[in-house]
Amino acid sequence: MVDIQWVIGGEAGYGIMTVGAMVAKIFTRLGLSVFDYVEYPSLIRGGHNAYYVRASDEEIFCQKQPIDILVALNRQTIDKHKHELSPTAAVLYDPNVTKVEAAEFPDSILLVPVPLLEITKQVNADRLMINTVSVGASLALFYKDYQVLQDVLQGIFGKKGAEVITININASKAGFDYVAKNFAGLPAGRQGKFSSVVEKKPQENLLVGGAEALALGAIRAGVKFAAIYPMTPINGIMYTLTAHALAYNIVVKEPEDEIAGINMAIGAGFAGVRSLAATSGGGFSLMVEGLGLASQAEVPLVIIEGMRPGPATGMPTWTGQGDLRFVMHAAQDDFPRIIVAPGDFLEAFTYTMQAFNLAEKYQMLIIVLTDKYLNEGHATVKSSEFKVKSSEFKLERGKMLTDEEAAKETDYKRYLWTDDGISPRSIPGQQGGIALSGSDEHDEHGLYNEEADVRIKMMDKRFKKLALAAMELPPPILYGEKDAPITIIGFGSTKITVLEAMKWLKKEGISVNFLQVAFLSPFPVDAVSQAIKSAKKTLVIEGNMSGQFEGLIREQTGLSIEHNFRKYDGRPFYPEEIVSKVRSLMSS
Amino acid sequence: MPTTLKDLEITYDKPNWCPGCGDFGVWVSLKNAIVQLNLNPWEVVLVSGIGCSSKLPYWVRTYGFNGLHGRPMPPAEAIRLANNGLTVIVIGGDGDQYGEGMNHLIHAARRNINLTLLVHNNQIYGLTTGQFSPTTDIGEKNKVSPVPTVEMPVNPIAIALSAGATFIGRGFSGDNKQETDLLVKAIQHKGFSIVDTMQPCVTFNHKNTFAWFYERVYKVEEKGHDPKDKAKAFVLAQEWPLRRMLTEGEKEHIPTGIIYTEDRPTWEDGIPQIAKMPLVKQSIENINIDPLLDELM
Repeated sequence: MVDIQWVIGGEAGYGIMTVGAMVAKIFTRLGLSVFDYVEYPSLIRGGHNAYYVRASDEEIFCQKQPIDILVALNRQTIDKHKHELSPTAAVLYDPNVTKVEAAEFPDSILLVPVPLLEITKQVNADRLMINTVSVGASLALFYKDYQVLQDVLQGIFGKKGAEVITININASKAGFDYVAKNFAGLPAGRQGKFSSVVEKKPQENLLVGGAEALALGAIRAGVKFAAIYPMTPINGIMYTLTAHALAYNIVVKEPEDEIAGINMAIGAGFAGVRSLAATSGGGFSLMVEGLGLASQAEVPLVIIEGMRPGPATGMPTWTGQGDLRFVMHAAQDDFPRIIVAPGDFLEAFTYTMQAFNLAEKYQMLIIVLTDKYLNEGHATVKSSEFKVKSSEFKLERGKMLTDEEAAKETDYKRYLWTDDGISPRSIPGQQGGIALSGSDEHDEHGLYNEEADVRIKMMDKRFKKLALAAMELPPPILYGEKDAPITIIGFGSTKITVLEAMKWLKKEGISVNFLQVAFLSPFPVDAVSQAIKSAKKTLVIEGNMSGQFEGLIREQTGLSIEHNFRKYDGRPFYPEEIVSKVRSLMSS
Repeated sequence: MPTTLKDLEITYDKPNWCPGCGDFGVWVSLKNAIVQLNLNPWEVVLVSGIGCSSKLPYWVRTYGFNGLHGRPMPPAEAIRLANNGLTVIVIGGDGDQYGEGMNHLIHAARRNINLTLLVHNNQIYGLTTGQFSPTTDIGEKNKVSPVPTVEMPVNPIAIALSAGATFIGRGFSGDNKQETDLLVKAIQHKGFSIVDTMQPCVTFNHKNTFAWFYERVYKVEEKGHDPKDKAKAFVLAQEWPLRRMLTEGEKEHIPTGIIYTEDRPTWEDGIPQIAKMPLVKQSIENINIDPLLDELM
């Protein structure tokens, strides 16, 4: 079995992200299952960046702790990651730049000194291209044929012209040849060759980023307008939407701030197009008043909130799940909202598509809650499965009046009281549908109204829609064996790590099941209560300090969870950590 | 059928402004302008914020969106981008547009989005019972300030000029004919238009009254002003509001009329996605993203 974690580390500004993506693509083309993510500080140059790419010929869901190939563009990378090396790891570095003593490492570690900088000179490449050389060099450690990298480079740099492609090919090929010549055919160990060799398999997977999947979901669902103010970790959504804006006729605008962003998205939704706002916790703070406006005016709206550690600026480029309670309660007074937290890359796509349907069907605010780990990570997904999900999507626009229907109205009431709480919606431009929507409490015509009975009826109307929506939302999914001795409960991106840990535990003969709560509002009270009651031991895993999710479960079900595992250090959960937590629960 | 004033009437409510409020004049002028331009009421969207003047859309039978305080501009911009077949008019007061929402005004102006901003400027916060506004005159004293204020008032004309507005006018709700004419031209103008309208608050502003304005306003076109002359427009903008206390016996001169116009590409002109058909008319059935998925292989 092949299971390689390749890591490159170096200063920001050295193209770590570019080559990390390249290596992930190489593994994808070789037919492997791939996961990648990047750790970096919030700055443009300097600081330490590390890109993790894990690939296996078995299905994998996330990163692991041990590093199998470490490409160190500087000494700091070795110092920071030395303790993460697997016993048979390879360390690739430039001996003319980075001083490394063999005695620093156990004998089983393979040292691969490659004169990266010198090679760039030999092929007349810019010195910054040591990153490209290192990709070629590390490829030779695990795969025999350079061609796969050449194909990847042509894909990445195709639009930049022949000269750019040629120089990248020359640089990476020289790195590949150097390692193939000097480190092949030797005995294993310090002087030997890398222990894992990849055999190419037929490629069935595509490689998709979380933010990319969210944006693709929006495009598929027919988003026409997005107002997104830049912020980690949602910029990728903006990039993907913009890349396809002309082909799919989508207007993507960068507003002056997040307040403008959400109010623009509301305006576009009011005008009748599917519209999107996206931000992280700080921007969401600014958007808060707009949430209530969307709800009061019953304008369909989808917001993607990508969590990162706070409070305030916090740790802008790291991950966490600390905004659950915030998105759930933000803005004054009570109003209905649907909150969904995708657990993986395909769900990022499917739940975003569904969010747009729900928004129009229930004329409601839908929040898609993600995090930096999911948004900025990439993973392989079976292409056919992705396409099936795309083809299964059915557009549902709810009670939207056609021009003909609107024209027949003689006394149109935008907020007509109906049995299900949903009023037929006109849009500006429709004759007969003239109405005012707004932030005041109002009567059926939309006219401001402060009478007690009208107020109660309108509040009830809005919440009726949520009760109705609850009936169509999919229940939480239980992964694993029904009667497992331990039930893990979680939301959002912890899913991928838990599934990975479950796979490992199974090999040890430990059975664990996992209840993924994707829809957090309206909360699936019955399903979660049932799962807790039939569980033997319960463990909640979440990425915040106070146990926001655990508290929500208790609040909604009246049931307590026995054990918890929380992280709030900005780092994702590792499968190793979950495995060891489960082991300790098994023995207790 | 041409649009008439009757088409713009709503039957189930009527304005609740104070008797004699300057908002009435602006309301009448706006309806007159829509009739003169023969706009279909269902193709007009009035977008407002919060404040006395922001209630105006309730009392005109067009589409309306009454948003948040200071924030009518962003939804209005997006309404235009979503459906560039509509006539969009933003309505707000001085607090809404020159206080809470100034940021959005500046950005809308530089983008030159094709809509009209109608500001009811009464130099006071009326709905919240008489606090200072961003355009309150220097030296004023009231319940929120025990001493005369030294805060210089916002100069809307100068700000609009520097921000890149391509139609800038000042009206006065005591002159409906001029106000109607300004609004007609502002709505007709292709690009970002602002009409800063002096609109006395008869309940809380006892200084800047109708009588006070009648003695001070003059029409720039009667002085031969060329609205294409940007330098001159800046000079006119400095005439009022004053940045200092009046000297003994001095009286303000308040320029009204079209202060500035310019032709410049609009925000919409730069968006090929809406050149052929408004976004809202484009079908979103069966969107095929398979080619995008193939790119990810």
